[in-house]
Order: sequence, then C-alpha cells, then structure tokens
Amino acid sequence: MSLGLVSAAYVVAAVLFVLSLGGLSNQESAKRAVWYGVVGMALAFFATLLTPGVGGAWLVLLMAVPGAVGGAMLAKRVGMTEMPQLVAAMHSLVGLAAVFIALNAEMEARHVAGLGAEARAALTGFAGVLAHKSGVELNIMKVEVFLGVFIGAITFTGSVIAFGKLAGKVDGKPKQLPGGHMLNAGALALCVILGIMYLSGAGLWTVILTAVIAGFIGWHLIMGIGGADMPVVVSMLNSYSGWAAAAIGFTLGNDLLIVVGALVGSSGAILSYIMCKAMNRSFVSVILGGFGGTKGPAMEITGEQIAIDADGVAAALNDADSIIIVPGYGMAVAQAQQSVSELTKRLRAKGKTVRFGIHPVAGRLPGHMNVLLAEAKVPYDIVLEMDEINDDFPQTDVAIVIGSNDVVNPAAQEDPNSPIAGMPVLEVWKAKQVFVSKRGAGTGYSGIENPLFYKDNTRMFYGDAKKSIDELLPKIA
Amino acid sequence: MKIGAPKESFAGESRVAMTPDSALQLQKLGYECLIESGAGAKAGFSDAAYEKAGVRVVSAAAELYAQADVVAKVRPPTPEELKLTRKGQLLISFFYPAQNKELLEQAKEIGTSVIAMDMVPRISRAQKMDALSSMANIAGYRAVIEAGANFGRFFTGQVTAAGKVPPAKVLVVGAGVAGLAAIGAATSLGAIVYAFDVRPEVAEQIESMGAEFVYLDFAESQTDGAATGGYAAPSSPEFRAAQLKKFRELAPEMDIVITTALIPGRDAPKLWLKDMVEAMKPGSVIVDLAAERGGNCDLTVPDQKIVSDNGVTVVGYTDFPSRMASQASSLYSTNIRHMMSDLTPGKDGQVVQNMEDDVIRGATVTHDGAITFPPPPPKIQAIAAQKPKEKPKELTHEEKRALEVATFKKSTRNQVGLLAAMAGFLLILGSFAPASFMQHMIVFALAVFVGFQVIWNVAHSLHTPLMAVTNAISSIVIVGAILQIGSDVSLVKILAALAVLMTAVNIVGGFMVTRRMLAMFQKS
Repeated sequence: MSLGLVSAAYVVAAVLFVLSLGGLSNQESAKRAVWYGVVGMALAFFATLLTPGVGGAWLVLLMAVPGAVGGAMLAKRVGMTEMPQLVAAMHSLVGLAAVFIALNAEMEARHVAGLGAEARAALTGFAGVLAHKSGVELNIMKVEVFLGVFIGAITFTGSVIAFGKLAGKVDGKPKQLPGGHMLNAGALALCVILGIMYLSGAGLWTVILTAVIAGFIGWHLIMGIGGADMPVVVSMLNSYSGWAAAAIGFTLGNDLLIVVGALVGSSGAILSYIMCKAMNRSFVSVILGGFGGTKGPAMEITGEQIAIDADGVAAALNDADSIIIVPGYGMAVAQAQQSVSELTKRLRAKGKTVRFGIHPVAGRLPGHMNVLLAEAKVPYDIVLEMDEINDDFPQTDVAIVIGSNDVVNPAAQEDPNSPIAGMPVLEVWKAKQVFVSKRGAGTGYSGIENPLFYKDNTRMFYGDAKKSIDELLPKIA
Repeated sequence: MKIGAPKESFAGESRVAMTPDSALQLQKLGYECLIESGAGAKAGFSDAAYEKAGVRVVSAAAELYAQADVVAKVRPPTPEELKLTRKGQLLISFFYPAQNKELLEQAKEIGTSVIAMDMVPRISRAQKMDALSSMANIAGYRAVIEAGANFGRFFTGQVTAAGKVPPAKVLVVGAGVAGLAAIGAATSLGAIVYAFDVRPEVAEQIESMGAEFVYLDFAESQTDGAATGGYAAPSSPEFRAAQLKKFRELAPEMDIVITTALIPGRDAPKLWLKDMVEAMKPGSVIVDLAAERGGNCDLTVPDQKIVSDNGVTVVGYTDFPSRMASQASSLYSTNIRHMMSDLTPGKDGQVVQNMEDDVIRGATVTHDGAITFPPPPPKIQAIAAQKPKEKPKELTHEEKRALEVATFKKSTRNQVGLLAAMAGFLLILGSFAPASFMQHMIVFALAVFVGFQVIWNVAHSLHTPLMAVTNAISSIVIVGAILQIGSDVSLVKILAALAVLMTAVNIVGGFMVTRRMLAMFQKS
C-alpha cells in the first residue's frame, strides 16, 4: 500500500468519523451512524497496518485479537445500569495507552538520536519520521510528548477513580487530602517545572515523573468530586481522552489522530458544558468539588411528609388521564426500569397519556435515563427532555417521581439561599398530584432538603423503587 | 348509627341524596342506611334496588326522621320537614343559610345540627364533597342540551349535498364550573364557542376547553378570584359599561347565549339586557342558568320557557340538575358519602363533628343549639393569589431596532474578538513553529470546529451512546501504537503492544455497546 493510498484511507476514515458523530442527531440515523464509525475505524486500522515501513503486523494481530475478544465479551455482558462505570473504565484505557505511546515517542527519539547518519538514513516507519525532524521540530515534539503524557495520566487515574465511585467500589462522597486544592496546584506547578527541565534537555525520568504526578492530580481531583457531579466528570474525562489522542497525533505527525482527537475532545467539552448548564454551575466549581457557598440560611420548610400505600397510588393512577414519570438515579439503583416500563404499558393500554420527563443530569452519565428506559423497551417518543415537558405539568393529573431528588427540588426556584438556587428543575409540583417513590425519609445524595416532599399535593410512596412499582402493577387492571 | 334519605318534597324535584351505590359505601363506613319508599323512583332507583344494596325501606318520612340519626337531603328542608328533626340529629343538605335566616333560627331552636352542602369551602381537599360544583357541572351540560332542543339548527357546520350548514355560535357568560361544562359540551357538539368572565385568570381555562375568551378592552385591573375564594366579585360601573358594550356588539352574531353569572350572596347581575335580546336573530336561544336568583337576562321568567317578540327563546328553568336526576343523584350522593367519610374518622359508624377541621367547620351552620354561620375564614386559601404578572413592555419599532442592532453589535464584537485572539495566538505560534507543525495545526483547528458544529446537534437522549462511540473512536491512538510497534527498542515494542491490546478492547467494546444501546431505542 503506497503512502498516498494510506492518506486517502485516512481521509475517508476521518469523514466517516464525522458522519458517525453527526448521525447521532436522532435515534433512527444513529443506528446507521455507528456503522460509519466501525468502517472508519477498520479502514484506519488496516491502512496503518499496511503502511510501508511498519513492521510487526504479527505482533499487532497477536495483541489486537485477544483485546477485541475481551472487548466484545465485556460489551455483551455489561448491564445498562452499569454503563457509566463501563464508559469511565474505557476512558482509563485510552488514557493509559496515550501515556505509553507518548513515552514511546520519546524513547524512540532518543534511540534515533543515538544512531549514526547512515543508520538514520536507512530507517523506515516511525523511526524514519523522527530521523528527519529538525531541531525545532524535535523541541515541538517534546512539548507534545509532555502534553500527551500529562493529559493521558490525568485521564487514566481520574477515570479509574470515576469508575470506582460509579461502581460503588470507592466511597462516593467528596474526599480530599489535607491541603485540598493547594495540593493540586502544587503538583501542577511541579509538573510545569519538570516540563521546562525536560525541554531544556533533562532525561527521560522527568517525563516519567510527570506521568506519576499527573496521575496523582487525576486521582486527587476526582476523589474530591461528589457522586452527583459524575455526569460532568465522565464527559470531562471523555474530552481529555480526546485531547490526549490529538496530542499524540501531533507527536506522530498523523493527521487522522489529530482530527479524531479534536472531534472527541470538543464533543466531551460540549457535553460537560451542557451538563454544567443543566445544574446552573460553572465548570470550575464542579471540578473544584462541592457546592458554591450559600448566602444565608435555607428557607424553613413547613408541613410534613405524608406517606401513601400502593392502593392509594393505584387508585389515583386509575383515575388519572395524563401521567408524567420522572426517573432518577434511584430507578437505576433499584433496577426498576423493567417494572416502570410494564407500568407504562398497562397505563397506556388503558388509554392514558404517559410520558417521561428527563432532566439532563438525571443519573450518573449524560443521557443515562434514556438508555435505561430504551433497554426496558419504553418507546423513545414518549421520553421527553426537561424543556419539552416542563410547561405541561400544570395540565397533568399525576406526576410520579422515581428515585430523583435534586432535579425536582422546588427550592431551586423558590429559595435564593438554597445551594442549588437557579438550577433548572422539572416542575413536578405543578401537577395535580405528585407521588414520590423513595427509599426513606432522609435527604438524598446531595444532602439538600427537598420542600417538594412537604407539599400539599405530594404523597410519599416509601420503599425500594422496584418493589413499590411491582406492588402497583396488579392493581392497575 | 343510622343514616336516612327522605323523599324530596319540593315539587318537581327528582333527585335523591342516597343511591344504592352510595349506600354500599356508607355501610362500609359502619352506617345502617334507611330510605323513604319511592325516594329514588324519579331518579331511576327502585325500592327493590335499594333493598338489594342492604338499605331498609321506610314507608313514611316521619318514620325515617324518627329513626335516623343522620338525615341526608338534597333541597333545603321546609319548616315542616325541619320540625320532624330532633335535638342532636344531624341534617345534611343544601341550606343556603344566608338566604334562609328563619330556617336557621328554627334549626337552632330545635337543636338540630345542620351541615350545608353549599357551604363546603372551595379548597382542594374538599373538592370531593363540593356538591355545588358537581351540580353546576350538570347544569352546564344540560343548558347546552336544552338550548339544542329549542334551537332549530345544527351545532356543527356541515357541507352536505342538500346545502351548506353554518356552525352555531355560542356565547357563554360566566366561566365557573357550569360555564366551563357548557363550553365543553357545546364545543364537542361542534359549535363555535365564545366565553366571557370578569375574572381574567380563567382565560386559560376557557381556552383549554376549546372556546375563545372574549377580551374586554378595559384598563382597570380586575380583581382576581383568589381574594373571594374563587368566585366572582361585583364589578365597577365603568367595567360593567364596557362589558355591556361588548355584549351588544356580539349579540347579533350569536345563535345561543348561555348565562351563568352569579355573585355569592347577591341577586344575579343583569348582563343580557332587553335590547340585546332584540338584536338577536329570530330562532336564537338564551339559556339563563341564573334564573333562580333573578336571572342574568332581562326577559327571563324563572321556571318557564318564553319566546320574545322577535322570536328568541329564553329558557329560565331552575331545575337543570333535577332534569338529569339519575346523574345528579349519583354525583350528589357521592358528595354526601365523602362528607360522611370525613365525619367518620374511625370508620365505625360514629359521627365525630370535628369543629377544628376547616371543611366541617365551614359547612356546619348550626351545632349544639347555636348558629355557627358565617364560619371564620378558612386557614388555607382556596386558590393561591396570583402573582402580579409583569407585562413585558411593548417596545416601539425604533427601540426594537436599536435592541437588535445592539445585540448584533455585541455578538459581532464577541466573535471578532475571539477570532482576533485566535489569530494572534496562531500568528505567534506560526512565527516560531516550523511549517510542518502549522499544517497539522490547521487540521487540528478545523477538526475542533467541525466537532463543535456536529456535536451541538446530537439529541439529548443519545448522549450516552455518544460517549460510548467517542470513547471507541478516541481509541484511534491504536494507529500511533501500530506505527511504533515495529521499533527496534524492545521496551517501545512492549509498551506499544500493550497499547494495542488496550485500545483494541476499547474499540470493539465501545462500538458493540453503542450498537446494543441504539438497537434498544424504538418508536411507539
């Protein structure tokens, strides 16, 4: 395969990747879009493998085949509720691979520099590219290597911690070492110093040390972020894995890597932005962990939480004409999506309008609820976004809140001193009647009191979400 | 305890306060049920049906009053009926205490406790016993039916082989429960419906029922219904003048006018004057639901249907709910049953008249030999006071233009500023970096730009698949690893091989999981 052909394949692959992301604009074209991505990736893979001067195809296949099998098994086995941790785990792999590849570039460059002029001229492949770099180009490459290692390492450890938190293997509460963000700042400063030393000719150890320190930053940064902010974290790490790939692309002088890295990087950045906006918080405040300082005491909540049993809920549902269900992380935890779907089916069979209202940050991953509901065969055209459905609550007979808390908290609108003041929320309390399925009477993940539970038209349906809904099912006849 | 429903003595009254269905529910509350023989006959409930539901049929009213501890009625009792009650007995019926002072005195003298169904406060919790609303609902529906029966044309517009039929135009004055029910019935028959109310906040409800709200061009802010417990308040003379002017305008076009305007504790306001009737087309129909309280129309004669000189039928019946006795009885008896269940907290057949309870306190007009009317204002407001809506300032053309120019300038400034900063950065970079690097930089900048443009369009619900697919795609670093794997340095070879392994997991896993997710999304 000539170099020209390889480049042509790269161009096609890049176009396919853009189409693959663009196709996600709706559910139908998305099914096609994923194949664009697959074909693009296959094209890129084989074109690279057949590039003149690239040796070791046997080794690539030896490693790629078990990897592919492993990936396939993973993809088959993983449950849809485990999606967030899977995505986080995968990000960590990209991060680590980026660190390895950047380190390789540095080591290869050193190896090439050590060779005589004749040997250098005879080099092919990657080493050949390096051999032809001028002094300035090599310096620029060093910057790229440094960035690749730095971003890659943060992505790696950050993703590992995000995975641990999402999978419940690490405590979800924000935790930081003494010193907090000063420690991060110090580590960052240290990395900058190491970077300058590396550029002015210090040895390989500076880069390796940078990887270790950046790894620490990633670990410490994500440890300090609470579980409720994970949607932002995961999309941020997604973005980082893209920028790491782009940095590697610069190092290797490979445009395909640059294009794809930039696509992924900007995609993650936009997702983070959307998530932050949905929480009415700045990106910085999310990353630095914890909520912004409150300006005064929270509003007093009067009234009491009134419990209701399955019979009461069933009676109200049987009477209602229009119903909106607002699922949250609690539904995912209780694995209640199948029961919710069955409930929806029965209610719809009785001619009632049933719709779902999804808050952008419901769950632990952007769009997490949509995937869970889709898995349970809830048709996507009745699953609506917050902005699409918020105006409809006043005309709704019954709103059912299943395991969400902050995203339906009226304090965001009513109490200027609330930590979540100004965050856009689903206005469920405007429905004629609200049922909240919740495990107990305590505050949720964020520890913020929710006045919704005390409203006159709210009834608390205590218990595990799946069990509660299953109890309802036979009563909806 | 025993609860009994006598036959209504009012002439023409067909409703009954207890149905076989409600009796079953009352028995569940622990009550024994009695009914006067023939009480349900006009509403379509035979004595046999009552007996089947476990109700004891009593032959005479006197006997029923003597046996029952609680008497449930529809109409207010006559003085004779009230004499049959005794001290400590509970009477539940419509009572209109404000208009029936003597009756109230009499009940006090006897010592009867009276719960007036018309005094149930209009709060959400009490909706289930709000008999005024359930009767008004029937009246509104029936008004349309009566209008249709007296109207010589279709409601709905049709184009038939035998000619074109224009749709009927209906005006509903007063959009309370009855008015809204009338709007609903008339629109579903296919008429074009206009509706008017002095309370501006009901415009939304009117529109939600499919009618057009008749806006009044009037500057004075109208009091909203929240201050008066959801009812209309008398309006100022200027407002009234504007209102009548609007009606005069509408009168010649309207085929059917249904008036339901009532102000609590007053005679019905005269809204449809003689000249308006005269302006209407022959064959038009006016149904006056306020006839009992004097009527909204000048020509209304209570309990009668008259035809004006110019051929307009004016229906002034006062017994619309009674004309649908079966439906009205089943709704009213359900209201009574809900009232009883609130009065029986223990479900043990014992009445506990808790005077701390807003609803029970509000509806009780005599208790323990004392008059308890009027009740103190309820602790909960019926309807939250409407926050004054800030009207967006109407901008003049120039102001609008200026605003547009300003926003345009601002966004231009932002964009140009951003571009300038980027260009500056690239220029600095370009003056130091070699050409080969700058070429990659172009690719990079363009790709970031394309990425931003593409991702904004991604559907919110597909964000998780997006993350999975970008994750798979970012494993494109496998290309880098493949390029390095042929290295002579063994450590490089090993690390590159490991990178290939990890990214391969990612590529296959990422794409497959995305496909799995996308396959799940389905349309209904």
